[in-house]
Amino acid sequence: MEKPFAITLDVGSSLANKTGTWRTYRPQYVDRLPPCNNACPAGENIQEWLFHAESGDYEQAWRALTANNPLPAVMGRVCYHPCETACNRGQLDESVGINSVERFLGDQAIKLGWKFTPPASSSGKQVLVVGAGPSGLSAAYHLARLGHRVTIQEAGPFAGGMMRFGIPKYRLPRDVLDAEVQRILDLGVVLQLNTKVENIEQTMKDSGFDAAFLAVGAHIAKRAYIPAADSARMLDAMQVLRGMEDEEKPMLGRRVVVYGGGNTALDVARTAKRLGATDAIIVYRRTREKMPAHDFEVEEALQEGIMIKWLSTIKNMSDEGTLTVEKMALDATGFPQPTGEFETLESDSLVLALGQDVDLSLLNGVPGLEIKDGVVQVGTNMMTGRAGIFAGGDMVPSERTVTVAIGHGKKAARNIDAWLRGETYAPAPKHALAEFDKLNTWYYDDAPKMVRPTLDLARRQSTFEEVVGGLDESTALFEARRCLSCGNCFECDNCYGVCPDNAVIKLGPGNRFEFNYDYCKGCGICRTECPCGAIVMVPETI
Amino acid sequence: MTATTIKFYQTGTHTVGNRLLDPEHRSVQADMRRTNSLNSGHRACQGCGEALGARYAIDAAMQATDNQLIAANATGCLEVFSTPYPETSWQIPWIHSLFGNTAAVATGIAAAMRVKGRSDVRVVAQGGDGGTTDIGFGCLSGMFERNDDVLYICYDNEAYMNTGVQRSSATPGAARTATTPAVGDAPGNVFGQGKNLPLIAMAHEIPYVATAIVSELRDLEAKVKRAMEIRGARYIHVFVPCPLGWGTNSWDTIHIARLAKETGVFPVFEAERDRIVSVSKIRKQLPVEAYLRPQRRFAHLFSPTPNTEAIAHIQALADRNIRRFGLVDPAAETAVAAPVATGNP
Amino acid sequence: MLKQCEGSHAVAATVALCRPEVICAYPISPQTHIVEGLSEMVRDGTLPGCEFINVESEFAALSVAIGSSAAGARSYTATASQGLLYMAEAVWNASGLGLPIVMTLANRAIGAPINIWNDHTDSMSMRDAGWIQLFAENNQEAADLHIQAFRLAEEVSLPIMVCMDGFILTHAYEGVDIPTQEQVDAYLPPYEPRQVLDPRDPVSIGAMVGPEAFTEVRYLAHAKQMQALELIPQLAAEFQQQFGRDSGGLIRQYRMEDADTVVIALGSVLGTIKDTIDDLRDEGNKIGVLGITSFRPFPLTEIRDAVSHVRRVVVVEKCFAVGIGGIVSRDVRSAMRNRPQPLYCVVAGLGGRAITKDSLHQLFMEAIEDKLEPLTFLDLDWNAVNRELERERLTRRSGPIAENLLRDLGVVAARVG
Repeated sequence: MEKPFAITLDVGSSLANKTGTWRTYRPQYVDRLPPCNNACPAGENIQEWLFHAESGDYEQAWRALTANNPLPAVMGRVCYHPCETACNRGQLDESVGINSVERFLGDQAIKLGWKFTPPASSSGKQVLVVGAGPSGLSAAYHLARLGHRVTIQEAGPFAGGMMRFGIPKYRLPRDVLDAEVQRILDLGVVLQLNTKVENIEQTMKDSGFDAAFLAVGAHIAKRAYIPAADSARMLDAMQVLRGMEDEEKPMLGRRVVVYGGGNTALDVARTAKRLGATDAIIVYRRTREKMPAHDFEVEEALQEGIMIKWLSTIKNMSDEGTLTVEKMALDATGFPQPTGEFETLESDSLVLALGQDVDLSLLNGVPGLEIKDGVVQVGTNMMTGRAGIFAGGDMVPSERTVTVAIGHGKKAARNIDAWLRGETYAPAPKHALAEFDKLNTWYYDDAPKMVRPTLDLARRQSTFEEVVGGLDESTALFEARRCLSCGNCFECDNCYGVCPDNAVIKLGPGNRFEFNYDYCKGCGICRTECPCGAIVMVPETI
Repeated sequence: MTATTIKFYQTGTHTVGNRLLDPEHRSVQADMRRTNSLNSGHRACQGCGEALGARYAIDAAMQATDNQLIAANATGCLEVFSTPYPETSWQIPWIHSLFGNTAAVATGIAAAMRVKGRSDVRVVAQGGDGGTTDIGFGCLSGMFERNDDVLYICYDNEAYMNTGVQRSSATPGAARTATTPAVGDAPGNVFGQGKNLPLIAMAHEIPYVATAIVSELRDLEAKVKRAMEIRGARYIHVFVPCPLGWGTNSWDTIHIARLAKETGVFPVFEAERDRIVSVSKIRKQLPVEAYLRPQRRFAHLFSPTPNTEAIAHIQALADRNIRRFGLVDPAAETAVAAPVATGNP
Repeated sequence: MLKQCEGSHAVAATVALCRPEVICAYPISPQTHIVEGLSEMVRDGTLPGCEFINVESEFAALSVAIGSSAAGARSYTATASQGLLYMAEAVWNASGLGLPIVMTLANRAIGAPINIWNDHTDSMSMRDAGWIQLFAENNQEAADLHIQAFRLAEEVSLPIMVCMDGFILTHAYEGVDIPTQEQVDAYLPPYEPRQVLDPRDPVSIGAMVGPEAFTEVRYLAHAKQMQALELIPQLAAEFQQQFGRDSGGLIRQYRMEDADTVVIALGSVLGTIKDTIDDLRDEGNKIGVLGITSFRPFPLTEIRDAVSHVRRVVVVEKCFAVGIGGIVSRDVRSAMRNRPQPLYCVVAGLGGRAITKDSLHQLFMEAIEDKLEPLTFLDLDWNAVNRELERERLTRRSGPIAENLLRDLGVVAARVG
């Protein structure tokens, strides 16, 4: 069409006008570290696996999850989920039930028989893992996936370590644990039970291991000096919990007193209750607020009828099991101080749950090792002072949780792998944290957290059935979708939609976006309206 | 407005896109193949709400009509920034005639389409508040009254921005403009004047009237789509913040629009004939101060001394909207949250 | 087919034969009968394929036509007087956008004082608006000019005002030859727009043009009118060939062959002037008349050539520019640039005042004797004017002029409609 001059124009011709020259600030896409990922001791990429779960691709989610942690069904039950504590959604309504979704994925994998992908090639290296607890299993798994031949030598009769001997069945059913262990073994990991390593150097030399990862755990119960009569029945928590795995269950009697304030103390008291104790009493020298046990476990214990005597210490125990208890009072600094006020408590048995020490005998004679406060010192690469010998879990200085142990296993495996190749493992640099104030929470709909079902109280007090149930598919899906994707683009299309200048190019599903700096005027609406804080404005250099 | 069942996904229905929705339920703006009716290279200010609103509305209309759309445009910012010779940003057949005749021009186009047997081609007229509520009002009323097959879209930024921010009949009370300066006993625009064009449109008993806001894209698109399903005169009034005229940050355009809705200052509703059929509820109710404070056109209400009387007046107007249109869901929690400020880029 | 009918109806019937697709109108005397006629034909089906839209103002009427024309429909409207002024902004816009709208202007005076009767002030107020302006001498020509106007408008992509004197023509019953549909179809092809709003080939129409191209745009508008200057005689010739009638063209000459004195005028007054000239000729005066059919574009060369031999020119015009004088005469003066002949401007017939043969006879005799002032107001009641001037000199609050004059003249009330 021959158009009238100047007043009639060809459509879209304004593309010749590059309005990008107006810009004084430039938007840039960034990735930030989500607080959940940051808080996960196992180094899980939680946001990533939630992303897959959100679209219902649970297998992909499970595979993303198990890239870092081979035990999701276990973790989904026993992890104290610091991720949820850190979760930004907690400041909006309630944190995302990451742990529930993890358990759902783990259970789904067991149910549907998902397997790990074996390594493409073998490195030809042999690595010894000492101890089949969470840390050892984690290391074995990662090493195997990296192509190394792995042998686990475990002193006890079963794999699982504290997952089996420290955590009661009602929190972690054994078939779940067995299934996840077996899947690791299916990768070709050799597990030698009832094989106690007496001398690590000798064992490595004898069997030609190129490197070793020690994760023997902490199984020796700490004792407190409590004057007691000869026939007084005094046990430690490890004896009780380990005994639960035997045919003969421990005999604790009707009145059981547990001394200590950690999760183990609660586990013992709740176990005693299930074994038939009418009175299961915890004696703890400080207050509930100061108790190291997790509050939800305290709450569950109280629901089940466990009694707790706060601000109390046990002074002695008579033949008849009468305990003399002194009341304590907190001083100005929050420490308990004796008051000189006493009372008595009748008991059939007293269980000490005061923590555990590590059996370090296998390290006798190994040169270069440094042992401090009863644990082995390791470098940032998890290697001990002896080259080629790495250590992790409860036997190194750290918080003693299953999750931390699994994290150690992964970290050690990556360092061992690098070390075997004569290299140094350099983890990818971490992004800056995605704090709550980086989010535009307007865009997140109100969505209450899905609550996991709990077993009825009567059965909780009398059986070892699992107390907390899992989410079903629809509730797990909903929960996954509560994720805010803090700090990382989840392709909500907001930037693409809100740009008044069409200066955002959508690259298609999975490929995110690009700014078209030819036309971006730098208004910054995209930054303001990005729900997850994945855009920053940086000054243009003029 | 008829609600679409949205599969909950992180952000619910509020973001532009949602990868888990069926394609037919996705927003037009999320579509990689959207028309970009108003293309890049236009000369609107940074953060222009009108540029955004126009692309939202026209892209939605394009999709609803299978790209069989013609637009008539009133004189004003939208016209000036989109079509300075030798470049146009429009991707659709578009005509600008005059400031006050857009509705009539659109009537003419619609008549031509009818007579040419091109009833598939639909006509949109668009203009700012000045071109709609003031100078174009006669033609608009005539178009309504004849029930011509035209969708008229007003992009309301509450003053004559193109000529340098003068008062229009859509300028709110107390707002400072170049012709209602913030001086004297009653600084800013006087209260009690101006027109509520959506209600006037309803009084014409045209088949469809709606208000919309750039911060609620899905609602806006649904209304355009709905409008395109109807024959006859239709009117959509889109609230579009103007960083230049209002003295707001360029990056806060959508944020400010949201505040207008959440404070009740701008009611978002939908009507058929003379009856309101749906209302977009306030999600998190805020005091009007939250909306007023970030805008320099209202700065005189807070400094040097707070003009509590004027603020209360504006709050009363917002409260009236809330009552009149039922903007607050009685079941919902009506906690009044603190104003949220956004920082520098 | 020759029909005795009202001028408005003749125009309506002819416009209908031009197959307009969109007609919009707002009532104003004296154009109402035209659109009433068209409205009826659209309603009763004699004009199929046409949308008739009753709008709320003349501004809307022309704006609707702008929209429909830009969308490719042959568009028509009609107005007069105040209506033309009310649509003024759109008048300029239609020509600026190059839209071939045809509009009948039933010429009428502009108030205040409000006056419904004929003069040319309305069309003259828009003479610079970029429209082609054609003036009809009688109802036959009024009808014929519409056929030519559609053809011309669409060829050059410019709007055309066909001007016919209000009441004198619009309401006069005369015999008019209304052509057949076949004849009109043969002369006037379907509208093929130069630009069109079409989703199949989108364009932006009505861009903002700054100093870098505005002069060129305006020049091109002028160039198109210059093209029209060449086209108008061609189309008139073609029209004569097909319809057997001499209608249109740029100018029309009557008894000019040896004239010393030439009267120039537009519109229906030419009839009275011709009658007067016949008398004057009979009396032995060498006088002729030149009618301007195309006032815009203005046929400078044709008029210059036509009056080259004469001794004087008298322009009788139904309009004037307050503060300076004649409007048509100024344009005629440019046609006579560097010529020694005197040009007398005569303002006549304002607000419907009858222009009688007697007055003209006397006027032309004075002209022949070169006794005329350069600017003459025909039949001006000097007594009334002087009395009012005197009143104003004496009394500060002298009151409204129009009412004073009416009272002075003994007229009780003016009839307005």
